[in-house]
Amino acid sequence: MSQADLAVEAVAVHSAGSHRSGAMEERPFAIPSSKLVMWLFIISDACTFGAMLFAYGYIRNSAADWPRVFEGASVWNSLLMTFILVTTSLTVLLAVKAAQSDDRAGAFRWTMITAAGGVVFMLLHIREWISLIHQGARMWQNPWGAPMFGAAFFSITGLHMAHVLGGAIALTVVGLSYKAGRYAARHIEIWALYWHFVDLVWMFVVPLVYLLNMKR
Amino acid sequence: MSQTQASSRTSLIVYGAILAIAVVQVVVAVTMGPSLWRMLLLAVIQGYLAVMFFMHLRDEKPSLRLALIPGTLFVLVMMNMIWADSFRLMVMKPFAK
Repeated sequence: MSQADLAVEAVAVHSAGSHRSGAMEERPFAIPSSKLVMWLFIISDACTFGAMLFAYGYIRNSAADWPRVFEGASVWNSLLMTFILVTTSLTVLLAVKAAQSDDRAGAFRWTMITAAGGVVFMLLHIREWISLIHQGARMWQNPWGAPMFGAAFFSITGLHMAHVLGGAIALTVVGLSYKAGRYAARHIEIWALYWHFVDLVWMFVVPLVYLLNMKR
Repeated sequence: MSQTQASSRTSLIVYGAILAIAVVQVVVAVTMGPSLWRMLLLAVIQGYLAVMFFMHLRDEKPSLRLALIPGTLFVLVMMNMIWADSFRLMVMKPFAK
């Protein structure tokens, strides 16, 4: 067991002892408070993405000439991005499993593979953005119809991409620190939770933003 | 089969299921047209699998699920009040008949 794990264990034992003497409350929901904080962040972020998707639905519904611009190549690209992101969800699970069995090298390797997958996802997404920009799409105008299309597309996918970038950076930092013995397995677990959430959001972005706006 | 092996097998099945649903989504969108309800239904199934199995919410205490899910769903359901105004904008008058 690493020093970081021992420290966590010591705090847990201390908390349990204090609880018996009535000095401290039990852990809420029997999970570490850092994990609870991540869950609370995730539900607030889910509401943020929900609000953005609802705002997009509002302007899409009220626009008479909403453009349907995504051709086969964009749809295949979105499917490839889904494959990469869902695969990184699996690799981050492997990182958590390795960390829980104190396999530092394995946990580091899987964490880095996950972060690299995130970077590949972003590159594919940037390629999609560049393609749309070359076709004339901007935040407030485009050659196809409702001018708000660009604002909706770039803000929703941009916010998601910012989350992927943040997650890739966080996983790299946590992976390196875990390998060096500064972080415990639960830190990888908490950031894996965040990474799965990023994946979850993408599962709604693809059908609502890409597939509903497919050229027919 | 050990608990770790069983858990890895479940993760692989869920991974395959989520990818299969993603492919079904595209096939449905191309062949039947991308209906909002069909797309949303498939996305919700994918989301359920991710939250319960990848994020392990099903392994947590029921009280945590109760604290997280109803509140989030309530907020998302309440956001649906925008649609009336969105339809009003289409005809530029309030609740036209």
